[in-house]
Order: sequence, then C-alpha cells, then structure tokens
Amino acid sequence: MWDYTEKVKEHFMHPRNVGELEDANAIGETGSLNCGDALKLFLKVNENERIIDASFMTFGCASAVASSSALTEIIKGMTLDEAAKVTNDDIADYLGGLPKEKMHCSVMGKAALKKAIADYRGVQILEKPGELVCECFEVTDLEIIDAVKANNLETTEDVTDYLKAGGGCGKCLDRIEEVIASVKAKG
Amino acid sequence: MKVIYTDNNATTKVADEVIEEMVPYFGQFYGNPSSMHTFGDQVGKKLKQARQRVADLINADPDEIVFTSCGTESDNSAIFSALNANPDKKQIITSTVEHPAILNLFKFLRDKKGYDAVFVPVDKKGHLDTDMLYDSLSDNTAVVSLMWANNETGVIFPIPEIAKKVTEKGILFHTDAVQAAGKVPIDVKAANMDMLALSGHKIHAPKGIGVLYVKKGLKFHPYLIGGHQEKGRRGGTENTVSIIGLGRACELAAAHLPVMDKEVRQLRDYLQEQLLEKIPSVSVNGDLENRLPNTLSIGFDAVEGESILMLLDKESICASSGSACTSGSLDPSHVLLAMEVPFKSANGTIRFSLSHYNTKEEMDHIVATMVPAIEKLRAMSPFWKDGKMV
Repeated sequence: MWDYTEKVKEHFMHPRNVGELEDANAIGETGSLNCGDALKLFLKVNENERIIDASFMTFGCASAVASSSALTEIIKGMTLDEAAKVTNDDIADYLGGLPKEKMHCSVMGKAALKKAIADYRGVQILEKPGELVCECFEVTDLEIIDAVKANNLETTEDVTDYLKAGGGCGKCLDRIEEVIASVKAKG
Repeated sequence: MKVIYTDNNATTKVADEVIEEMVPYFGQFYGNPSSMHTFGDQVGKKLKQARQRVADLINADPDEIVFTSCGTESDNSAIFSALNANPDKKQIITSTVEHPAILNLFKFLRDKKGYDAVFVPVDKKGHLDTDMLYDSLSDNTAVVSLMWANNETGVIFPIPEIAKKVTEKGILFHTDAVQAAGKVPIDVKAANMDMLALSGHKIHAPKGIGVLYVKKGLKFHPYLIGGHQEKGRRGGTENTVSIIGLGRACELAAAHLPVMDKEVRQLRDYLQEQLLEKIPSVSVNGDLENRLPNTLSIGFDAVEGESILMLLDKESICASSGSACTSGSLDPSHVLLAMEVPFKSANGTIRFSLSHYNTKEEMDHIVATMVPAIEKLRAMSPFWKDGKMV
C-alpha cells in the first residue's frame, strides 16, 4: 500500500473545489483515460488577472485527486503571474510529500495549470513540442529534459516517477537514458 | 471495525484447524524428519501423512509430491527441469495472461537465454486460442506451461483437454494450478499432466510453502541442488511446520469443494448481480461460465481502481484492482489488456475474490459501500456527466 501522508488521505476523502465552475473563463485539461489519470482545471480570473475561484474534475488515484485539490487551494487568490511560478514540488510539499512513484500526479497539476493560464491569455501552447520519446504516455524529449533539469533526475526510474515516460511497454527506456545523459553532459 | 476479506486470490486466512495442527511442531516437535532417531522420525511420520493429504487433493501418489517454498519456486523448478531434460529443444510455449512466475520467467528465457518463447493470446472472454497453441507445437517444443485458472478474472482454461493433446505429442506439459486448487476439482491422473504447481497460502495454509507435482517416471532435474530431501528433487531441510499445515489445509480444501461450488458461487453471483443492478456502466470481465466460483472481476467506467480501493479500505473491505496505480506499474493489468478490456473500464476494475468464510451480510455491506463510492468518484471524474460516460 502506498505510504500516503495524512494530508493526501484527507484531501482525497474530502477534496476541495470539486466540480465544474459555471462561470470559468480559463480551462486547462491534461491526461486521458488511457493514461490512467486526467485532470480538468477550471479558473475564474478577474480583470486584474487574479484567480478568484478555481475548481477541478479528476479521474485518477488518491494522490491525483489530492494533488488536484491542493492545486486549487494553492492558486486561489494568486495572480496569473504568481500562479505561473507554482511548481509541481509546491503541490507535493503542500500535501506533506508524495510517494516518489506518484510525483507525476503533481506534475499533472502543474501541466493543467500551465494550459489554463495559456487558455486565459489566448496563447497557443504548441501541443507537445519536441520529439516523441514515450509513445505509451506521449512524453517528448523536451519534457524529459525539463524534468531532469528542474528536479535533478538521475535515472530512467526517476523520469518514470515524474513523467510516467518509460513506465508502459518500456521500449523507450534506452532513449530516455540517452536524453538524461545528454542533459548531464551539458552540465 | 471488522475486516471484510474479499481478496482471497491474493492470499487467504490461515484456517484455525491448520494452525492447531501446526502449533506442536513449532516448539515441541522440532526434530529433523531425516534423523535416525525416534524424536526426529515422529516429525517424519507426520510429514508422510501431510504428503498423503496433499496427494489426495489432486489424485496423485505421495511420491509424486515435491514440497517447495512457494508457487513461484514450483513454476520455476518445473520449467528449468523441462529445459534441462530437453537441452536441444529451443521453443517454449505459454499464454499472455500467466502469473509473473511464468510470464517473467519466459521473458527472461527469451531475452537472456535465446529461447523462442511463444505467448498464445486469449480472446475478449479470456479464452485461450487453442488452435494457435496446437499449431505452434513442434519437435522443437521443450515445454508447454499454462495456468489452470486466471488469478485476476478467474477464467478457467480447459487444462485436462490441453494436457492430453500436448503430452500425446511427447511434449512436456506443466500447469500453474495455484488459483485452481481448492476451488475446482483437480485430477492429475485423468488429465495426464507432467507437472503441476500449487501454493499453500491460497488455500488457507501459511505463506512460504508450495508444491510441485512431478509425474511418476518423469526425469526430473532439481532446481535447488543439495541434500537427499524430497527424494533428491529439492534440497534443503523440509519446512516441516508449514508442510504439516498444508496437509491439513488440503484435507479441508477437498472437503470444502462442494461449498465452493455452491455457497461461495452463490455469494459471488449475488455480489455480481447487486453491483450490476445498482451501479450503471459496469461490466464483468471474462467468461461468466468458465470461471472460478469465488472470483469477480468487475470494471466501473470512468473511475480509477486505486481510488475505489481507498474508499473500500475506509470500511475495512479488502479487495484488489487491475488498475495501473495500485501495482506501481503504469499500465493496467496485462491480463485485462490481453483481453482487450477497454481502458475506460480496465483502469476501474476491482477484483473481489471470496472464500467460504464470507457471508451474505458482508456482500450487502460491500454493495452499500460501493454504490456511494462510485457515485462520489464519478461526480469528480471529467469523463462522467449526467449519468454516463463522456
């Protein structure tokens, strides 16, 4: 059984801000049924670019629900610029930590937030920039490079824990190793 | 809160009668069964009785029973023995839905030892493609290994029929009967199989004890090489306490077979009917007929298995899930994927596996917990709206 903190369990049993936000003016979606988890984030942003309300709908495990719940609590009241600086670690820290294998749940929160902010600002996020590495979970080399740099990841297992990449069929594990090596080589 | 235990395909309660049988052999009777003195030999005699009891459950002779440490050791021993007996044959055949004890061993043999491993697929009901199996058999086939019943779905393969056809061609046949034992009748003589694996903790004996049936006359190559124990087929001093417990468990399992077939089956069917009736967008995985009487693999659309288990756990209900998140791997179970169960329900699949200790009241409590649990999770699922999948 996963070693969830009391806070993760509490946010799973009693998630905050669940459901569609009727008058949302920014929406960010990430994940899919096939991935095993998905998050739809709703934001109500005022004229000063401040998030006055946030809600979520999540399909996923207990830590995915808790991460989504934590995310909405963290960003409520923030300006979009402040929210843009929220990291997946902030989400995990808010919950008193997540099991290493479940860090991707917090990454999912961060990804949905990025998309919602882009949605509000009318910015097009290029769907998946970079070259596709993990076909099972649709993860690109640029995403892996970002995660390796930001979290100082060392091994393919680390990358799988953060991004899921390599956790399906496993045929991209060699490629992930190359990407890690390339980041390390550049320092 | 009283635990409601419906995870019997994972492990089972050690029966009180089994514990009672074992207790004197922990402390009082600690002798080595091989010793040349009465003190050790009284354990030896008890071991002999246990061996007979195990043999009786599967209609084997006592000499055909080899005690091991677990089902995995039995499976590994069987396959390595078959390969050592047929060093020139390089093809090995199994199915896509086996337990990791066989599946990962076959992948290892393919990737590291150069064997041509054939993984025979199943259809959407979990039935084995026997045409492909029989077409694959050749002079180069060293061994065929197939599970008797699937741990996740309970689907039963027609092992006696397959064993006959395979062994008629002079090819060795092994079956992993870990889930079938104690749930459906097993007759090794009628089925004419070469080897068969059992595990103690699935039939109300303790963990750490397994059995490999080895047909009389079969040339056996031991996996653990050591002393003369188990007639040279498995070195190492016998796990006397557990063997004695397993003997009693096998005796009880034989007596409980009719209960499994009737009462436990009725309970399982009741649970299945209630869940199907009270919760929308639910599907049962696998063939409903050719299925272990205690197993229910049931998928709930648009929700995720680990979340369901967490809500069940709040009520002290034990079950397991076919979802990615619970296993630590990221794909849903290989069994459900092999059966092409769609992702929408594979990730929300729960396995309830019953025993004769379960009651109708417990089933009612499970249903009463599941209905609001699924409602709660669907209310927050982005794939569920207005009472259906979106």
